[in-house]
Amino acid sequence: MAEQGEQTHHAHPAGPPHRALPAAPSAPGGGATGAAAPGERTTPLPGERPDSAVIRDALGVGVAVGLSGFAFGVTAAGAGLTLWQTCAMSLLVFTGASQFALVGALAAGGNPFTAAAGAFFLGVRNAFYGLRLSAVLGYRGAVRPLAAHWVIDETAAVTLAQSGRRGARLGFTVTGAALYVLWNLTTLGGALGAGALGDTDAWGLDAAGPAVFLALLAPMLRTAVERCTAGLAVLLLLVALPLLPPGVPVLLAALAAPAVLAVQGRRRPAPAPARAGGHDTTGEDRA
Amino acid sequence: MTVWLAIGITAAGCYLVKLLGLSAPAGILERPLAKRLAALLPVALLAALTAQQTFSDGRHLLLDAKAAGVAAAIVALLLRAPFLLVVAAAVAVTAGVRALGG
Repeated sequence: MAEQGEQTHHAHPAGPPHRALPAAPSAPGGGATGAAAPGERTTPLPGERPDSAVIRDALGVGVAVGLSGFAFGVTAAGAGLTLWQTCAMSLLVFTGASQFALVGALAAGGNPFTAAAGAFFLGVRNAFYGLRLSAVLGYRGAVRPLAAHWVIDETAAVTLAQSGRRGARLGFTVTGAALYVLWNLTTLGGALGAGALGDTDAWGLDAAGPAVFLALLAPMLRTAVERCTAGLAVLLLLVALPLLPPGVPVLLAALAAPAVLAVQGRRRPAPAPARAGGHDTTGEDRA
Repeated sequence: MTVWLAIGITAAGCYLVKLLGLSAPAGILERPLAKRLAALLPVALLAALTAQQTFSDGRHLLLDAKAAGVAAAIVALLLRAPFLLVVAAAVAVTAGVRALGG
């Protein structure tokens, strides 16, 4: 905060997609920019990573996150949703944080509109992934509406880590397919399993929801701006919770984001050089 | 019925924003302020949701075993544990504390 001078302190807009799991692009095939080993029978152009490395990354992420669908299935069932409702959410909503948020809001007895609003606002970030992905993937025509359903944190993370359209499409497709299949199967498993478990609270499963949120949040807290926003949001929520009807406090707490941006904008009126291309100067995390 | 209504609205809304992003001409959402707000909104929402689900039943503030579970998740995150381990730690500690009568 005290440091002035650094431009676009916050220049990772829709962001180097924060993945919750450390499995992804850091994976062994790594050095993402590295030249593909010559002499291996890889079809990609020079400078692109071999297909096998892309697929390995993609499957790693898909499996790790897909499994947390189990936690979602259990949580949803524990919150009183039917099997059909639980599975319909994973099939049709297919963006984890929104699903957990909706279940939490419904369990708390919020009305369907405020509940959906909270879940929807969490999903808005996917539009910004989509923007960045559309340039990389270059899908047209009928493929695009199909691909859109798979535009989420993890597919964006894997896709944007690839160089070249071929690798990007492969990463997107494999991650998307692995995630979609596993997320839905494990949701079903979790929902069925919850019935067998009986009182899910006794198993501590009501702690899965907040833990998932926290794990999604942690990698986003890179600079003072994010930390202030998170702190303010928590404060607003705790104050509003006893006073306002269910579902509303979360929406109120979301105002922490524009509030912090407004304060920050006032402190640094110069809106930073037109560099804004989302380049990540390192070393700024120690704000 | 209200549950289905909420699911329908959420599914439609979430799909449409994904499609919007993928189809919008580059530049439309590229304004720096919009991008920064979009990056910061999930931070506020996720923080609020974490707090709400940890410290309340949705209507009232309360402090129970879940707080211990979430504390365990924080420790796991600080130790850079993988996603599933973070969730597992929260669940296991919460269950443990409840079993001990917490």
